Amino acid sequence: MSSLESLTNQALASISSCSAIEDLEQLRVQYLGKKGLLTEQLKALGSLPPEQRPVAGALINASKVQVQESITRRKEALERAEAERQLASESIDVSLPGRTIGLGGLHPVTRTIERIEDIFTRAGFEVVEGPEVEDDYHNFGALNIPAHHPARAMHDTFYFDANTLLRTHTSTVQVRTMETTKPPIRIICPGRVYRCDSDMTHTPMFHQVEGLLIDEKVSFADLKGLIAQFLQAFFEAELQVRFRPSYFPFTEPSAEVDVQCVACHGAGCRVCKQTGWLEIMGCGMVHPKVLTMSGLDAERYTGLAFGMGVDRLTMLRYNIKDLRLLFDNDMRLLRQFR
Amino acid sequence: MKFSEHWLREWVDPGIDSASLQKQLTMAGLEIEGSSPVAAQFTGVVVGYVTGVDKHPDADKLRVCSVTDGAETYQVVCGAPNVRTGLRVPFAKVGARLSTELTIKRAKLRGVESNGMLCSAAELGLADNSEGLLELDAGARAGADIRQYLNLDDLSIEINLTPNRGDCLSIRGLAREVGVLTRRPVAAPVVVPVTAVIGEERAVTLSAPAACPRYLGRVIRNISTSSETPLWMQEKLRRSGLRSIDPVVDVTNYVLLELGQPMHAFDLNKLEGGIEVRLARPGESLALLDGREVTLEGDTLLIADSKRALAMAGIMGGKHSAVSPKTTDLFLESAFFEPLAIAGRARRHGLQTDAGYRYERGVDFDLPALAMERATELLLEIVGGEPGPVTVAEGVVPSQTPIRLRTERITTLIGCDFAANEVETILTSLGMRIASRERGGWMIEPPSWRFDLSIEADLIEELARVRGYDNLPVRVPTARLALSPRAEQKRTLRDFRRKLIGLGYQEVVTFSFVDPALEEALGAGAKALVLVNPISQDMSVMRTTLWPGLVTVLKHNQHRQQDRMKLFETGLTFLNKNNKLQQSLKVGCLFWGSSKPEQWGAPLQGVDFFDLKGDLEALLGLESCGLRVSFTRAEHPALHPGQTARLLLDGTEIGLCGALHPALMQALDIPGKVYVAELDFGTASGQEIPVVRELSRFPAVRRDLALVLAEQVAAKDVVNSLRSCGGEALQDIIVFDVYQGQHIDKGKKSIALGLIFQHPSRTLVDQDIAAIIDSCIKALQAEFNAELR
Repeated sequence: MSSLESLTNQALASISSCSAIEDLEQLRVQYLGKKGLLTEQLKALGSLPPEQRPVAGALINASKVQVQESITRRKEALERAEAERQLASESIDVSLPGRTIGLGGLHPVTRTIERIEDIFTRAGFEVVEGPEVEDDYHNFGALNIPAHHPARAMHDTFYFDANTLLRTHTSTVQVRTMETTKPPIRIICPGRVYRCDSDMTHTPMFHQVEGLLIDEKVSFADLKGLIAQFLQAFFEAELQVRFRPSYFPFTEPSAEVDVQCVACHGAGCRVCKQTGWLEIMGCGMVHPKVLTMSGLDAERYTGLAFGMGVDRLTMLRYNIKDLRLLFDNDMRLLRQFR
Repeated sequence: MKFSEHWLREWVDPGIDSASLQKQLTMAGLEIEGSSPVAAQFTGVVVGYVTGVDKHPDADKLRVCSVTDGAETYQVVCGAPNVRTGLRVPFAKVGARLSTELTIKRAKLRGVESNGMLCSAAELGLADNSEGLLELDAGARAGADIRQYLNLDDLSIEINLTPNRGDCLSIRGLAREVGVLTRRPVAAPVVVPVTAVIGEERAVTLSAPAACPRYLGRVIRNISTSSETPLWMQEKLRRSGLRSIDPVVDVTNYVLLELGQPMHAFDLNKLEGGIEVRLARPGESLALLDGREVTLEGDTLLIADSKRALAMAGIMGGKHSAVSPKTTDLFLESAFFEPLAIAGRARRHGLQTDAGYRYERGVDFDLPALAMERATELLLEIVGGEPGPVTVAEGVVPSQTPIRLRTERITTLIGCDFAANEVETILTSLGMRIASRERGGWMIEPPSWRFDLSIEADLIEELARVRGYDNLPVRVPTARLALSPRAEQKRTLRDFRRKLIGLGYQEVVTFSFVDPALEEALGAGAKALVLVNPISQDMSVMRTTLWPGLVTVLKHNQHRQQDRMKLFETGLTFLNKNNKLQQSLKVGCLFWGSSKPEQWGAPLQGVDFFDLKGDLEALLGLESCGLRVSFTRAEHPALHPGQTARLLLDGTEIGLCGALHPALMQALDIPGKVYVAELDFGTASGQEIPVVRELSRFPAVRRDLALVLAEQVAAKDVVNSLRSCGGEALQDIIVFDVYQGQHIDKGKKSIALGLIFQHPSRTLVDQDIAAIIDSCIKALQAEFNAELR
């Protein structure tokens, strides 16, 4: 074996066993530097006969290239390994909790009201609100409920004085809107309402959303269609809806709306008291007297109105079994809505 | 109201089973609440005739009876005190099942064989408890199945009638409705007018003829005091939820249930002079049947005689003239009272009676005569007596005004057509009279029993109801597609809520009425609106601020081991300003516990004022509102005097924030510090529409300044001063440190500020910046006596 070949093999072996970038640089100097061993071989060419020089020179150059390439590859390998080591040393426990300032959440009743608003505003309804301390006229008189009317017994009213009270329904906002707006009117009125009643299934304050649509030729058929579509949109299910004649002084005809039980889909369960149906809202065609009292032409316009209990819808939607939980504001319940 | 299904079926056979009948009524607007069987589910009980009673050889309280079922005679041992020969009683034969647990077997009682059992009402589920055997009428045929004999396969049905359907508060009214719905004939009992036996009458004067347009009276003399109400009547009363009292009262109650006519029987011998129907004299008092004494107002209608008030008309009779077991002579009343003359009067005195309930909803004004004859007939049958003629006093008797009904209006309101013959069939079956047919419609006269039909829409509702709401068309409403603007300069409550949630606040919903003590402690001395009839004392005043609710929620959760809370509520507060009630929408926040939730890698630090302030700044969008909102020191009785700020927008107050006063915290027993804020939504929700400035293409340069100032100097004033002398090149100022302590004299503080310079149209060189800083420092020295540190 020529000395060039052994020198080259020796260099390649050293390079491949080298484990530090600094050592690699030393090897480069040792073999390829100005005074390096392979460079020295090139210098020794002069001692060869001229006809042998090109061949010997070419061999030496080939060895140099081979060694240089080996160094480059080794360097890259070592750099890569170094980078990997670095990354490995920076690895963390990604399962640790993230840093947070904490997030709040909406109250379930607000969440329900917002969903109801979204469903109706997409169809062109406006959201209107009104005062909660009301006068007798807007809560009763303007809705065709005169003094001593038996229907008043259905509203256990909180009073401040003979004429001032806490509204017992959001229908008051209908009246205020009709007084100031020309049809077509399409509104929904969410808000707090109050009745002097407190037990397992009643809280003295609760929430309603009232809806009103007044235009030329609005009919009971429209009412049925609108309510059925709303309930299916709200519960996101193809639920059956039925309408039963009922009585409200401010609508004629009036109806009570039952929806197929959302828990058992009509099979009968605890939620629907085995009937398969849930009484969900009241509705009807606006009574002509109500239109007239608010200054609208009852011959030209007809209207539909509906009112629903937001708290009950919330309970049904989110499996809340006790109404009073909604007003305890227990964080353990509220956090489940984040 | 409760009624017996069997009784209803005596009037009309609907041709359908009970479940279908109930559903049909519910779907016609007469909501069935529920039903329950009128007796236990027993079998094998027949009418037994007691033919002999002997002593038991070994037991004083037991008897050995011979009982026949008409075919055979059985020996039965019985312990009931009322067992006697000749009695007809329910007889449970061997093999009879009285309940799932109890089957009657042949047995020996104290050594004597007993083949069956004689039963009480309670044992058959006809009463909650009873003393002794149920005594059947003498006409009961021995051996007859007791279930059939007493019609016990019956349901007591609870019906929930809306206030407009007073006409259905009787078997007669329900039967009428069922007849229409099922298209079956209604067979009312035939009532033959009773012929007067005596000539005696009692004069009746109507002094309030509008309130009482019709009053019928009749004297009945010499009734028996020993009669009992027959079992069939007791049973019907029981199944309708009424107790049997005595035969006279039972008959009036029976007619009330059957026909819907409230009636009253007076003890004739307690009356002095003629009857007068008049309004009460103010302050006049009356001792009622139930023993209570009421003082009446002048709008209450009375039945009186020449001496005294006898009864609250249409509501309740008086004690003085009430019938008793000793009553032998009666004065029977059957009248029509105007609903509005009765409505509300009972409730005023905390009374609720079956009569008042019906009169305020409207009782058929043509019914009193029929009811008088029916009651007389039943009384004569049960207690006997000699009836006089019916005295009729009438004022302005009501009549029904015909209502115009237009075909076109039916179509508009319902959304489909009704054929003329369908309209006529439905309306006439409901007892309406077609007064006339005209072009495009009819004139319709409602019957005397319907007080809820006065306008066209009422008639259209009847058409819809009888056809069935579920049989009416369904349509999706159409509307003109009009767009309306969304005001960008007004942020919505939703924006506020979303931002607060992002900032870590949980929304709560609390009652608008609060505890007056808490309201007073947290309000700013405002006088709260007081409820006349609160549910309880701790919910008796309207909140003037949202803080009482938030603090209540804080306490509720503290008691449930929660250790950190960021809460908000949006809602109205109620404030009286210059005698005018202001209902303003507010946004309230509460922050308690650590500044950040407990977590690894971040120190646990208690919340302070600046945590809350930072949240409020983010909420109000101070980035865009810029300098318009300022926090200035303020005072509030509920807040810490040194940690309270008023929020001003262009000088107008939009809210308040601060730490709850330590004394209040102690009183409320809340550990740590609580920071609260309240913003007025109306004034705090404005925002400007951004007008974008051009972005500079030249580099920005930062210079830091550390100033030593008197500690009272407000940082805001320093920043404002810098801004005003920094010119257009000064883009931003960052307060990056505030320090007091070592190396700083007492009473002084050091503020470190980072000034960011960038010119819109050229590169700033050192000399430019040095010149600006120089003039700034001079200004700060002059204004605040500031020193460079």
